[in-house]
Amino acid sequence: MEVNEHIAIEHGLKKEEYNKICDLLKRAPNFTELGIFSAMWNEHCSYKSSRIHLKKLNTKGKKVIQGPGENAGVIDIEDGDAIVFKIESHNHPSFIEPYQGAATGVGGIMRDVFTMGARPIANLNSIHFGSPQHPNTKNLLRGVVRGIGGYGNCMGIPTVGGQTCFDESYNGNILVNAMTLGLVKKNKIFYSKAAGIDNPVIYVGSKTGRDGIHGASMASAIFDDKIEEKKPTVQVGDPFTEKLLLEACLELMAGNSIISIQDMGAAGLTSSSIEMASKGNLGIELNLDKVPCREEKMTPYEIMLSESQERMLIVLKRGKEDEAKKIFDKWNLDFAVIGKTTNTKKIELFFKKNKIAEISINILAENAPVYDRKWKKTKLPQKIKINKDVYKKLKITEVLKKVLSLPNISNKQWIWEQYDHTVMGDTIQKPGSDAGVVRIHETNKAVATSVDSSATYCYAHPTTGGKQIVCESWRNLITSGSKPIAITNCLNFGNPEKEKNMGEFVECLEGINEASKFLDYPIVSGNVSFYNETKDKGIKPTPTIGGVGLIKDYKKVISMNFKKINNLIIVVGKTEGHVDQSVFARDILNEKKGPPPEVNLFNEKNNGETVLKLIDNDLLESTHDVSLGGIITAVAKMAINGQKGFELKKLKGLMNKFEYYFGEDQGRYIIEIDPKNLSKAQNLLKDNSVHFDEIGTVVENEIAIDKESILHIDDLIESNTNWLENYMEK
Amino acid sequence: MKSSVIIFPGSNCDRDIDVALRKFGFKNQMVWHNETKMPKSDLIVLPGGFSYGDYLRCGCIASKSKIIKSIIDYASSGGLIIGICNGFQILLETGLLTGALLTNKYLKFICKNVFVKVNNSENKYFKNIKKNVLELHIAHNDGNYFCTDNELKSLEDNNQVAASYCNNNGEIDEENNPNGSIKNIAGIFNKKKNIVGMMPHPERVIEKNLSSKDGSYFFENLLNNMN
Repeated sequence: MEVNEHIAIEHGLKKEEYNKICDLLKRAPNFTELGIFSAMWNEHCSYKSSRIHLKKLNTKGKKVIQGPGENAGVIDIEDGDAIVFKIESHNHPSFIEPYQGAATGVGGIMRDVFTMGARPIANLNSIHFGSPQHPNTKNLLRGVVRGIGGYGNCMGIPTVGGQTCFDESYNGNILVNAMTLGLVKKNKIFYSKAAGIDNPVIYVGSKTGRDGIHGASMASAIFDDKIEEKKPTVQVGDPFTEKLLLEACLELMAGNSIISIQDMGAAGLTSSSIEMASKGNLGIELNLDKVPCREEKMTPYEIMLSESQERMLIVLKRGKEDEAKKIFDKWNLDFAVIGKTTNTKKIELFFKKNKIAEISINILAENAPVYDRKWKKTKLPQKIKINKDVYKKLKITEVLKKVLSLPNISNKQWIWEQYDHTVMGDTIQKPGSDAGVVRIHETNKAVATSVDSSATYCYAHPTTGGKQIVCESWRNLITSGSKPIAITNCLNFGNPEKEKNMGEFVECLEGINEASKFLDYPIVSGNVSFYNETKDKGIKPTPTIGGVGLIKDYKKVISMNFKKINNLIIVVGKTEGHVDQSVFARDILNEKKGPPPEVNLFNEKNNGETVLKLIDNDLLESTHDVSLGGIITAVAKMAINGQKGFELKKLKGLMNKFEYYFGEDQGRYIIEIDPKNLSKAQNLLKDNSVHFDEIGTVVENEIAIDKESILHIDDLIESNTNWLENYMEK
Repeated sequence: MKSSVIIFPGSNCDRDIDVALRKFGFKNQMVWHNETKMPKSDLIVLPGGFSYGDYLRCGCIASKSKIIKSIIDYASSGGLIIGICNGFQILLETGLLTGALLTNKYLKFICKNVFVKVNNSENKYFKNIKKNVLELHIAHNDGNYFCTDNELKSLEDNNQVAASYCNNNGEIDEENNPNGSIKNIAGIFNKKKNIVGMMPHPERVIEKNLSSKDGSYFFENLLNNMN
């Protein structure tokens, strides 16, 4: 087929981009070559709109072994051990086909991690759906949860954490972000950079089929009415094959025959071969007749663009082919030598003895378009003025019950019980906690990990929202008793060609970066998902942060459950009663304007480090961070999880009790202290100049707020636990 | 005591059970499904997981593995065999145990702690166990035990129900049936009681810092009974 501008545009390229290709090649590309360009130059693979901004990120730190640019980031957790981790989006495919979209998202991120030599030890996910009332929401949620479980459970990797949010801005674009942590020895990390000439290029794993062709291009476009037609671009997952691939790869990696390895993810064979060659500053030659195919008569174009799952590309040391083949035969996986490294710095493809494509690697990689897109700043909204009379009509116990039963706050057990969270036998803290905690196998160490997003805050003011999520992630790791080390980010945004959306991206990233620097909490990996937009309606800006922290002794992990009656309840951090953009303002008062709570990075760091000291000194019985729903929601969740009640003292100051209890000021924690430890804890807090307020005590099973409003703990449990199950099953 | 854990393609609790067996004093070895002869063992364990992806009926393809014939020979000579979760499914498919495991009643994968009341009459697995109501862990999609009325009568008459889902006081009722199993059955023996198949995973709950430590009673007791 002859290639022209029209066909290029159908491939998602812009007219100027097509002209640039012709200029660089000094000719028109043929059809296969055009396919390769469209795969490499789409937003998903080239990061063309985001690259100049991502460059500014804080990616270095004492514990960072590998930052962005590899299959995943790597951090040092001492004793020669390292954690490989990354989060990735699979939004577009999951909206088209929720089960397979979500399943292959999980499969893809695990492959990114074990490509680097690490055995996956924990999965997490952050999923966002439209309004619960929207007709598609229930089926999408059911499909996504089954898909995540279907893949992760079969692989035998525990899913230890996650978050689920509902907001009407996701009605037409759900978000499915999957994160994986893997464990590797520091001296056995594998990279994707090819080296040496005439080394064999090996294809292993599943056969190549026609599924997922143009998946990456689809992920770089907005949706319209013809979404059903895009189903064939969604890949189909086979977790059983991936489990075999994992074991086979780790067995091969235990030896000494791999030079570099890269999984075939977005844009399949095209992107994996070009990336390996580009990083090694080499050329690569592939004979497409040798690629194991699932279907007959596949064309070079289809072979190069297929996104069939569970495949890897490996550059082996010459002469190691037989040794490697034996391992893949044992695991019943395809193994084929499909090419070699060259010194031409070109990708050269052969098919039926003809050379069918030849492109300089640097044209595809370094010369890919980079855009400095126009963007618009979001002004900080003015504070709302709430008429205090409104509060007089509210009963605090009723408001609390309502807040606990809101879709975004209610218990998500219906979801995480469908994920195997205990396989591998090292899960110390399960989902439903501030962070999931897994022990490092056969050691006393553990890692804590969580995923967080705050689209409401980011939408109201992107810079503040960006800072806030990083801080929330940090707090969730602290409350489990871990020292936060590094983060990965999944940047879900609307259409970058719109100035408002691009501005949200730029400013969220500024906020994330500022907090990351201040907290010494570097960003080591991530992914960008633009074009989350259907029929002109984009999502709220939703950067998702995945954090990882280290616990030296897993026996010191503390949970959020209240432990013992007569223990004291203390709020760490100052309460100012900021209700704008809070759950209370938005869902109870129906007031959606105003700025998000301010983030004071100094207090954030100081408060967090002090809480960690309290934990290290064994002074706390339980702890939980204060986030959505404020102090009282946090305390209620601790009570619900511990099946105990609480009594809160009458407020001293002038602040209205609704503002005090439901305000969402940042940098705060609730801690439970045994009275015998109180003076020690007070001294430690004072020595570190941390503000704290003693607000009440743990009691048997009653909820008493300033002696007037009384409830039974079972009332709160009922409010908090029933919503999701009723929604899904009735 | 020597134990052997069989690894099928797709097994994923093989490491967990290996860790548990070694922790409680077994000398454990791993056996690949393609072997034809079982090494000398005092105990064989078929681990949990998704053998062959469970793409046909759960456990069906694994039950045709090369190693199975040798396991059946071992069983008929009275050797001890435990099948956990997918291992239980495989034992049913080989015919060493009776009945079938259907998809859970609510058609969902379930991962949570459950209580089971174990049968501590004359058998190597639970006789003399410290507690007869154990807090164990389940993680499965197809654990809904089913058999015909005649088979059920025979199981009950021969005292072959090995474990039943219950509450923390050992009361067996519908409210504490997580997956729809007939009579809350969580595990069964063969007639000779040398083979046990069960859905709960004792190997995942062997330490206070995990979600329960009751699995340790099972392994300690088994080893005692074998000595």
